[in-house]
Amino acid sequence: MQRRTLFAVAAVMVALMLICGCTGTTSDPTPVATEKQQLRIATTTSLYDTKLLERLTPIFEEQYDAEVLIVSAGTGKAIEYGQNGDVDVLMVHDRAREDAFLADGYGINRRVFAYNYFVVVGPESDPAGIRGMHPEAAFTTIRETGMTDGSDVVFVSRGDASGTHSKEKAIWKAAGFNYSADVQGSGDWYQEAGTGMGATLTMANEKQAYTLSDIGTYLAYKGDLDLVTLVDEGDILLNVYCAMQINPEKYPDINSTVAKDWVNFMISEDVQKEIASFGVDQYGQPLFYAARNDWEKIGVPQAEVKDPIP
Amino acid sequence: MYEIIEGFVEAARLIFTLDPDVMAIAARSIVISLTATILATLLAIPLGAVINFGTFPGRKSLINLIQTLYSLPTVIVGLLIFLLISRVGPFGSLRLLFTPTAMVIAQTVLILPIMTGLTISALSGIDPVVRDTLYSLGATRLQFLVNIMKEARFAILATVAVGFGRAISEVGAAILVGGNIAASSFGSSTRVLTTAISLETSMGNIPESIALGIILLAIALGVNLAITTVQHR
Repeated sequence: MQRRTLFAVAAVMVALMLICGCTGTTSDPTPVATEKQQLRIATTTSLYDTKLLERLTPIFEEQYDAEVLIVSAGTGKAIEYGQNGDVDVLMVHDRAREDAFLADGYGINRRVFAYNYFVVVGPESDPAGIRGMHPEAAFTTIRETGMTDGSDVVFVSRGDASGTHSKEKAIWKAAGFNYSADVQGSGDWYQEAGTGMGATLTMANEKQAYTLSDIGTYLAYKGDLDLVTLVDEGDILLNVYCAMQINPEKYPDINSTVAKDWVNFMISEDVQKEIASFGVDQYGQPLFYAARNDWEKIGVPQAEVKDPIP
Repeated sequence: MYEIIEGFVEAARLIFTLDPDVMAIAARSIVISLTATILATLLAIPLGAVINFGTFPGRKSLINLIQTLYSLPTVIVGLLIFLLISRVGPFGSLRLLFTPTAMVIAQTVLILPIMTGLTISALSGIDPVVRDTLYSLGATRLQFLVNIMKEARFAILATVAVGFGRAISEVGAAILVGGNIAASSFGSSTRVLTTAISLETSMGNIPESIALGIILLAIALGVNLAITTVQHR
């Protein structure tokens, strides 16, 4: 009996080593100046969790004979990677912080390639009763009911300095609250997840809590969630995605040619069509809208959606 | 409950059909942690020997320090290496952040203290009779070391196993310096078993997590079994 177990374990080990050997020989684990150029992108989690980038990168890799390496992090962290010059391209969605980043000279050539809307999602039973409200009123109501004794109203915040977190703070502000004084630490109803959008939705689902999500990630996760859209109307819910290069003047050995190719690729007509149709067959509605023809509607200069970087 | 069972069934399918993504992640884990263990072994054994047989001021405190570092938190190592190799750090020009090499470095640093410490214990645990015999037979310094190593080989082998186990099971440093990248080529990706489990669980992909977890356990079990088999021979 013991011998048989030993054999089984040995077989598993041999199998693993074989697999390791097969995969290991095809390429070296530590690449030494591979002939393909590498593009490093720091992206907001929503573009990653929806698998939009998974769809677009193979197309780019083939067209430009490059390898795309994607680090998925909240906008805040992505901006930090950009500031340190650890990536070549940023893909984020926080207009105000992008402006600061550009003004400080870290980023150049911002192009807007997509937009969608944020939604407030929560349990079907809607214990706070926010269905159909405006975002500011909905937030106020969640806070009020959450702070009453014995309530089971919980709001899960991204809490990770991401673009979505910024938007959430903007809504609290618009609703007349001081975020750090009135919201953070004001009770157990307000919980900060400190993680990506997909993970935050999973957490909100476990706790049957409310959260703010971009519609794209929510739709992509909807199949596994018992959360429903409760608030989806209000100008403040607009969510605009951009791509920009890290300034090669700050970091001269950055891969700026392929970075430029990527940004231009994102606003090219073909990719814009790809973005507009992404997810329609699977979710019955698009996860993102192409920015190309809607620049007026989303309030950005025409050049930022149409003019390729020269 | 149903979800868990379903998860295990799907996990079994992923393993037995040799799902290419899952297998690549497992292989990458082994390659990275094995490289780190080899590097750490090459550093820890001479270091351990020097500390054990050497006489110098502060030797006791040094051993104490090494033993304290056994429980070096993985995220601290991750943070340290991150600061060193990020573009604005002192080794930034090497562009190592978010590469498998960075993960190898972090894991090497992580397991170096425990491997050095256990090497010291292994060497100091050798019967003094052996040492005295070697001296009396007029062994040269090199001959002495080679024979002592031979005598301590099983304990050192166990040290290597402990190092590998700690390297392959850590997640904090791997995610900070690796970035959990899934790229199209094997060598550019930094997604390993632990970081993948963390990601898949947070995204609600439980079957993948279970499959990866089973593989991780199987590797740990296999290594330990291999070591005990050798030791009992």
